[in-house]
Amino acid sequence: MNAISAKTRDRLLYMISPLLFLALWQLLLMAGIGDRRFIPAPSDIAVRFWQLVMSGELAMHTGVTLLRVFGGFFIGAIPGVACGLLMAMFRPVRFMIDPLIAALFPIPKIALMPLLLLAFGFGDASKIALVAIAVFFPVCVNTYVGAANIEKIYWDVAKNYGASQTVMFTRIVFFGALPTVFAGIRIALAVSFIVLVAAEFVATKSGLGYLIWNSWELLQVDIMFCGIVTIGILGLITSALLQELERKIIPWKAE
Amino acid sequence: MNAGRRGAAVKIAGLRKEYVSGQGRVVALDTIDLTIAAGEFLCIVGPSGCGKSTLLRILAGLDHQSAGTITVESGGWSVENAMVFQESGLFPWMSVETNVGFGLMTRGVPGPEAKQRVEAALKLVGLTKFRRHYPHQLSGGMRQRSAIARAFVTDPAMLLMDEPFAALDAQNRVILQAELVRIWGETRKTVIYVTHSIEEALLMGDRCVIMTAQPGRIKRIIDVPFPHPRDLIKLSAAPEFGALKLDIWHVLEEEVNRARAELEL
Repeated sequence: MNAISAKTRDRLLYMISPLLFLALWQLLLMAGIGDRRFIPAPSDIAVRFWQLVMSGELAMHTGVTLLRVFGGFFIGAIPGVACGLLMAMFRPVRFMIDPLIAALFPIPKIALMPLLLLAFGFGDASKIALVAIAVFFPVCVNTYVGAANIEKIYWDVAKNYGASQTVMFTRIVFFGALPTVFAGIRIALAVSFIVLVAAEFVATKSGLGYLIWNSWELLQVDIMFCGIVTIGILGLITSALLQELERKIIPWKAE
Repeated sequence: MNAGRRGAAVKIAGLRKEYVSGQGRVVALDTIDLTIAAGEFLCIVGPSGCGKSTLLRILAGLDHQSAGTITVESGGWSVENAMVFQESGLFPWMSVETNVGFGLMTRGVPGPEAKQRVEAALKLVGLTKFRRHYPHQLSGGMRQRSAIARAFVTDPAMLLMDEPFAALDAQNRVILQAELVRIWGETRKTVIYVTHSIEEALLMGDRCVIMTAQPGRIKRIIDVPFPHPRDLIKLSAAPEFGALKLDIWHVLEEEVNRARAELEL
């Protein structure tokens, strides 16, 4: 009866624990422990989730949130990588930018929301700007750390074999930093969901953050859970996609 | 293809290298005078910290001397030198063939020609089958072969080698030494080979420069009397070889002891 390999067993355990958790939740509520108006059972949430999917409401909010996350993500990540590489390659750039980063990085980015509302209004632009700012810092710092810690021998080889500044930048520093850049992107992706949902609580009429906050105000707790679950699912999917991307782009990374 | 051609001739005069460290000024190299003939295989031997790697790095343009001059006559070769480092220094993010072609890419050699030269270099070191592998998929010996191919493909007037086989196991080292000597024999490039192994220096070199410990000076230059082409395995077992090795060991021993005594002060 040892037909089940260790790997299959691990995979089963991996799926069983959340299912057990949901089952326990459901049973407790069905047994009358807890108030179903405030704590909906998984079955209630599932029904509501289906309704929201069918009405297109969930898709609309999810679409808006994704647009803001990815819009902001690219606008923030690309300059973040460029800035980190420049800091690693040129000392004057590093000394000019370092104090700015030291001062601005610790500011909770959500504190900038009122300022951004002033600058960009209540539309998507202010949220995209917020995500971009929040993404910029971890990507920039990680890129810099990755690029600055490239082993000296690679610089030596590149120099001895006649690499120009451009080749140094595009073929050595960039690729050398790439594994660390990805670590930064991973953090940035989580951060962008965090700040965006927080921003959507107050300053908009669409997006998953709005859906959650609005249902709280109307005491539609089941819808609130639908919003939360959706964000969790999005996090799972983007993280898996990122991992796949990393495997494609960094084939040399030791498994 | 280069019949009759020889590598670079190098003249080093009064070379000095100092640098400032925690304890003050350190003289790494002191009045180095050395003339290297075109096509020569020169080995530099010395204890750790004798500045032999520094000398190589200055020749490679990776470091600058504090005083003195280096004159290199490349003899019409377009690339003056290419270095092979102790750890292969292959870029982990490039496949073997991209690594090997690196020095051609940086110099703007057109695609088809570059491809052909990379092909030839891979064949030279027996790595044609592994062209699409990444360095982490290769053994230490194969990585060093790739590094050698990367140097040869640029067709340099001189090869600078910094203990390239030090990290390899004994069998691989012997095989690569023999291959290097064979390739050198075919191409007649000037080779400057830094090592801490007397045996290695005597097996491969035409001449052998013995250096003193800090400050690095030339203690003695020995003409290695064994004619090329050499059978390295047979040579290493010959009694003349053992005798010469012992002679040099005595010269070097003084230096090692002196360096140790200074450390203990």
